[in-house]
Amino acid sequence: MALDSKVPKGPIADKWTNYKNHIDLVNPANKRNIDVIVVGTGLAGGSAAATLAELGYNVKAFAYQDSPRRAHSIAAQGGINAAKNYQGDGDSTYRLFYDTVKGGDYRAREANVYRLAEVSANIIDQCVAQGVPFARDYGGLLDNRSFGGVLVSRTFYAKGQTGQQLLLGAYSAMNRQIGRGKIQMYNRHEMMDVVLVDGKARGIITRNLVTGEIERHSAHAVVIATGGYGNVFFLSTNAMGSNVSASWKIHKKGAYFANPCYTQIHPTCIPVSGDHQSKLTLMSESLRNDGRIWVPAKLEDAQAIREGKKKPTDLSEEERDYYLERRYPAFGNLVPRDVASRAAKERCDAGFGVNATGEAVYLDFADAIKRYGREQALIHGDHNPSAEKVDKLGKEVVKAKYGNLFQMYDKIVDEDPYNTPMMIYPAVHYTMGGTWVDYNLMTTIPGCYCIGEANFSDHGANRLGASALMQGLADGYFVLPYTIGDYLSKDIRTGKISTDLPEFEEAEKSVKEQINFFVNNNGSKSVDHFHKRLGKIMWDKVGMARNAKGLTEAMTEIKALREEFWKDVKVPGSADTYNEELAKAGRVADFLELGELFAKDALVREESCGGHFREESAETEGPQEGEAKRDDVNFAFVSAWEYKGEPADAVLHKEQLEFNDIELKTRSYK
Amino acid sequence: MNLKLKIWRQNGANDAGKMVDYSISNVSPDMSFLEMLDVLNEQIINEGGEPVAFDHDCREGICGMCSLFINGEAHGPDRGITTCQLHMRKFKDGDTIYIEPFRAKAFPVIKDLVVDRGAFDRIQHQGGFISVNTSGNTQDANSLPISKHAADEAMDAATCIGCGACVATCKNSSAMLFVGAKVSQYALLPQGQVEAADRVRNMVAQMDAEGFGNCTNTGACEVECPKGISLDNIARMNRELFKTMI
Repeated sequence: MALDSKVPKGPIADKWTNYKNHIDLVNPANKRNIDVIVVGTGLAGGSAAATLAELGYNVKAFAYQDSPRRAHSIAAQGGINAAKNYQGDGDSTYRLFYDTVKGGDYRAREANVYRLAEVSANIIDQCVAQGVPFARDYGGLLDNRSFGGVLVSRTFYAKGQTGQQLLLGAYSAMNRQIGRGKIQMYNRHEMMDVVLVDGKARGIITRNLVTGEIERHSAHAVVIATGGYGNVFFLSTNAMGSNVSASWKIHKKGAYFANPCYTQIHPTCIPVSGDHQSKLTLMSESLRNDGRIWVPAKLEDAQAIREGKKKPTDLSEEERDYYLERRYPAFGNLVPRDVASRAAKERCDAGFGVNATGEAVYLDFADAIKRYGREQALIHGDHNPSAEKVDKLGKEVVKAKYGNLFQMYDKIVDEDPYNTPMMIYPAVHYTMGGTWVDYNLMTTIPGCYCIGEANFSDHGANRLGASALMQGLADGYFVLPYTIGDYLSKDIRTGKISTDLPEFEEAEKSVKEQINFFVNNNGSKSVDHFHKRLGKIMWDKVGMARNAKGLTEAMTEIKALREEFWKDVKVPGSADTYNEELAKAGRVADFLELGELFAKDALVREESCGGHFREESAETEGPQEGEAKRDDVNFAFVSAWEYKGEPADAVLHKEQLEFNDIELKTRSYK
Repeated sequence: MNLKLKIWRQNGANDAGKMVDYSISNVSPDMSFLEMLDVLNEQIINEGGEPVAFDHDCREGICGMCSLFINGEAHGPDRGITTCQLHMRKFKDGDTIYIEPFRAKAFPVIKDLVVDRGAFDRIQHQGGFISVNTSGNTQDANSLPISKHAADEAMDAATCIGCGACVATCKNSSAMLFVGAKVSQYALLPQGQVEAADRVRNMVAQMDAEGFGNCTNTGACEVECPKGISLDNIARMNRELFKTMI
């Protein structure tokens, strides 16, 4: 099948408006006869469910958690971008569009990104109207801060809990519609498969996670909004339950999977402390506004620190290497995430790491505390403050800005970051790859849509900070509700879809077979055992830096591990009760297939871009020496994989990316 | 560390349930409490048993999914944290730890340590929102200035993660801290004031219908709240409710 992105014709700034003016609409009376299923109720799914219900469709929403309020969007800390130019610092729709395309290393679809930038301002208005308590300045107006990869302050925030507040906003909009009966909410339900009738998505099979019951649900369209698949690495900043299953099930039924190898490694996470670790914790990127990143300049100091013979505060300014400020003077500590992550790895690989495992760098607030302390003293009329007073006042400012993050760090590491620099290291965070969608956000399965982190479209090979929340809400509130209407306008005479159709029966049968297999397999190793081994292969060979040899080995090893899993996995308990091991088994089975496709995609992409760093492709000379080397001649495409059974047999389809409004150039932050 | 665990096991809402003894060795002080339970579960699975069911997800202290009553305290022996943020360094070698579900009539047990907190959602369905279309055709966000003080106070209330520790720790199983926080968030913002009266009436009515108890100002909820939600929110909720009666 040829990939048709369905990007509307015309100048980029007019595409979305023209599109909206010309699509078919469904009249309000007919919307009442149309059902839509939304799987996943985080920022994207929650906002979509609420808006579709408000438009008049009958919405059935599904979440594996006990409430939409638990979705992992809630953990996003730093903020949400919008081109409002409230600060008067030169921001505009075009500049947000430009930063996003450049930040994504020119591997995103221009038209989608422009639309995202265009609706971004509406998101803020919408959320404020819903009662989201964004930070305000003393004049009562909204406050902004800056994030990595940009030169303007366009990030709106609610302390370090922006994701939480935006999600609760979408959740409250859902609650309004649940209360009115327009959304039927299915909590603690997991989607097990999608059902296709005459080639169109017409329903899903779910498992009630409490009773184990397998259920059939029909609809005129299915929306997948189940987030990212970073947990393929086992250790990541994702919630424990985050999984690829819904995306993988639709992939197996015909939806192409795009750019699986684009993974964002977030530079400011709490380092790994031991083998028992179940997940990694992210510290907001906003910390880089004030924290300075450094390692010791001399190897012997780094060693002394690792052995506990020296403390970071023992080293003078000259004995420290502020490597981001040194290498990237224009952006300094605020370089994009992929650049900051690779730079940290480079220093640690060279032996300058500062924790016991040598995999950590410092994020230091001492300078910020002094700077803020002096400023506060002046505000209070003290022109000659003591060092203690400066320290005290400065810490108060830092506490007001980042208090919850500092507390979180202290609880996990048992060290007070006000008095000693934090230790940070990159960790798997967000996945830019996902289901391939066209401009309408529809997958290659007619009637099956995919929104938010679960699709691939807006971030290219790297996601700029504070743009994930923006995409989730843009898709859910403002894009999908239009595009899905165009599709559903052809369905007004279809009537209710029966769940007695043979397609439902067949899908249910195969779901039950897999469940029965798991509970009867009586193997010898737990689900987590396999998940951890998969994660190790992924991190070692498909992680922050990749090469052809490692990727080829990874593909073989994952295949072998998958075979072992199906022979030897042990799932205790029964199928008809609450059984978390059984739920995990199905998810890990899917990760074991995705992992191999992920490595295959990375192997094919013989260039470095964004979150994909191929060791064979680095600049060897000139001002960019050592930086990632992109290859626009051969690789300016989206790789969209078609399922053909084994992941190794997947067929590559290329969507050639066109850049008519932004010139492709080397991404320099120097 | 070596620890003895006494864990509540219950097959479902209608099962009687009982405390079961476990022992676990080589616990690292750097483990989180939930990671310690992961290790225990791995041990139970390897011995052919059924792992202990407990709720958890983000493990960053923000999703509000984890629960657990540990040695008689919601989220265990530390202030201002969820169970996933509790680390084993808070315990000593040889300790015996009691682990139970959040007990309240309105939170029926699903299995072992997992309870159904759906009552919180149903309260929200009755008014925990501002009635505004999600069309994006709203006024500019800066056209209605909000004082920093009001925005900060609303934010403090909105910080509630809906974990239910307040209910679990209250001798009356009252949900007033949770409901008070939601009512306050909206009551403090101009956008929320238009329908403030209906909101508080409906949410309080649903709270009562769910079987939560009343507040007798013991203050345990505030002490155990992982997010430091203040009792002031209960006072504000009562004020909002009284206003509707005048």
